Amino acid sequence: MAIWIYAEHKNGQLKKVTLELLSEGRKLAGQLNEELAAVLIGKDVAALAATLGEYGADKVYLAENDALENYTTDGYTNVLAALAKEQQPAAILLGCTVQGRDLAAQVAQRLGTGLCTDCTGLELADGRLVFTRPIYAGKAFVKAAVPEARPAMATVRPNVLGVTAPQAGRSAEVIKADAQPGDIRQVIKDIVCQISTRPELTEADIIVSGGRGMKGPENYKLLDELADVLGAAVGASRAAVDAGWVPQSMQVGQTGKTVSPVLYIACGISGAIQHLAGMSSSKCIVAINKDPEANIFKVADYGVVGDLFEVVPLLTAEFKKMLDKEQC
Amino acid sequence: MKIVVCLKQTFDTEAKITINPDGKINDQGVSLIMNPYDEFAVEEALRLQEKNGGEVTVVSVGGAKAQDALRQALAMGADKAVLVTAELAAMDEYSTATILAKAIAGLEYDLIIGGFRAVDDGSAQVAGRVAEILGLPVVNVVTKLEVADGKALATREIEGGSEVVEVPLPAVITAQKGLNEPRYPSMKGIMKAKKKPMEKKDPAGLGLDAAAVAARVCALEYFLPAPRAAGKIIPGEPAEATAALVRALREEARII
Ligand SMILES: Cc1cc2nc3c(=O)[nH]c(=O)nc-3n(C[C@H](O)[C@H](O)[C@H](O)COP(=O)(O)OP(=O)(O)OC[C@H]3O[C@@H](n4cnc5c(N)ncnc54)[C@H](O)[C@@H]3O)c2cc1C
Ligand SMILES: Nc1ncnc2c1ncn2[C@@H]1O[C@H](COP(=O)(O)O)[C@@H](O)[C@H]1O
Repeated sequence: MAIWIYAEHKNGQLKKVTLELLSEGRKLAGQLNEELAAVLIGKDVAALAATLGEYGADKVYLAENDALENYTTDGYTNVLAALAKEQQPAAILLGCTVQGRDLAAQVAQRLGTGLCTDCTGLELADGRLVFTRPIYAGKAFVKAAVPEARPAMATVRPNVLGVTAPQAGRSAEVIKADAQPGDIRQVIKDIVCQISTRPELTEADIIVSGGRGMKGPENYKLLDELADVLGAAVGASRAAVDAGWVPQSMQVGQTGKTVSPVLYIACGISGAIQHLAGMSSSKCIVAINKDPEANIFKVADYGVVGDLFEVVPLLTAEFKKMLDKEQC
Repeated sequence: MKIVVCLKQTFDTEAKITINPDGKINDQGVSLIMNPYDEFAVEEALRLQEKNGGEVTVVSVGGAKAQDALRQALAMGADKAVLVTAELAAMDEYSTATILAKAIAGLEYDLIIGGFRAVDDGSAQVAGRVAEILGLPVVNVVTKLEVADGKALATREIEGGSEVVEVPLPAVITAQKGLNEPRYPSMKGIMKAKKKPMEKKDPAGLGLDAAAVAARVCALEYFLPAPRAAGKIIPGEPAEATAALVRALREEARII
């Protein structure tokens, strides 16, 4: 009864959450004395199997087909569900990404099984998997299991589990899987990529985020500059999004993205409960706000009371100084 | 065009969450709202109806109070509502989707719209499961929707951008913020809503026995997160404070 990881990839590279799942899956599979398999679906993706092996997969089910070049709900559901029906894994874990969420719900229903989404923890208790997941936007948590139905399915929040170092030379057995995409009803007409050299918000280790205190779209360049020095992603509060300063895709919070970076720098954000819902699992929170009473200071590890238009450029310069010094 | 909207009543996003002595989430005194993403779904259905004619039916699975969320949708302009009251000991997304799909199967529909996620359990799976049960294609996290010639053209969010997907109708679409700006019910709408039909059902009446809706996921334990301790305000003039902050991140927090 194997544990399966869905190997999500993009632009020829495995997503970071795939490596996180492999690392965690390796531990669980070891404790259960079961094998860990990765399911790799796409077109011309075979080369990724080597990396999956190095990060802990014993087996890689490789489903390649020209019709699977782009992710489609039907195409990928048909392949993954059919493979799971045939092989009967004990569990399937996916990243809680746009794609993982989409695929997991369809596959779970087709297999008539249970799915715990957006998990922040996995453990074994009495030989069964127990999933910890936030509810009410992180204001509470529930531990849950899929007691009988198989496979037990879960999506896991990116950036929460650690990645263990790959083992060079470790390799997985590659098994060609049936890759019949079936009838794909979703026809992709266009894909628009925002060209960005920055990390994905949900995967970023550092996020610099701006709210209504930014006063206008032109001032986000201050955050861009800070983000460039730190290799960070840039986020925003809903107030900034609703004002039309930045796109919806940058919104952090209950009706935006949930993020758990190592460092979250909130600039001109008051700390409304709906904003905190999206970022309070950050490891370290820094707040810059001119109002010493702002709610954000109640959750921030470090706060600077001051005008962000003064503080942010200084901070950029200060980080730059420190990081430049290290490069010489 | 006949549109069905799935809507869930959820806790207000401001609600403080506490746990009862029996270990369950306390729902006493919590104000309830229509799931914010479902407001986008209702709004989109109404806009499509205004353009193409037809009928909008809102459906909810929940307790008796879920009527309020349905009434709100009727006040916004939906034509009729179906409330399926399910007072089961244990429910999960499988149970909810099974009941919801069965209720919808008895209606006429060209399009089903839901929210992409409910803000309470945040599971983002019920609408997709409904699509699978009804054998319909689904497009999730949609920020723009056009319907013509028996097809839906939906722009959806993907990581790092967006994509435009076409599906044949009937289909299930889930709403993401950005799809539209939901209207507020007007006074007239609120008055009218009182007279609009609200059909009530239960799982048994839909022909579903306990086994058919048995939960696949079982909750073992609820708990609250350890509160985040407030940290330090770094004193001093901006230049001093930022230098001290950078030092603290390096030496104390060890993250840079
Ligand atoms: C259903 C629902 C869902 C929601 N979902 C979200 C969500 O997903 N994400 C989200 O963020 N919000 C969400 N909200 C909105 C939330 O309630 C707040 O309105 C929002 O977060 C406020 O954004 P803000 O902190 O940028 O603005 P404000 O609350 O206006 O705060 C601005 C802050 O900037 C500070 N400031 C101003 N000028 C400066 C300066 N020069 N230097 C330093 N500081 C300065 C001020 O002191 C203030 O604290 C939601 C609300 C509802 C009802
Ligand atoms: N009890 C319910 N009644 C009606 N619709 C629901 C219910 N639960 C979930 N939905 C729909 O499914 C969407 C996703 O919910 P969830 O999977 O719980 O995050 C919601 O936005 C609703 O459109």
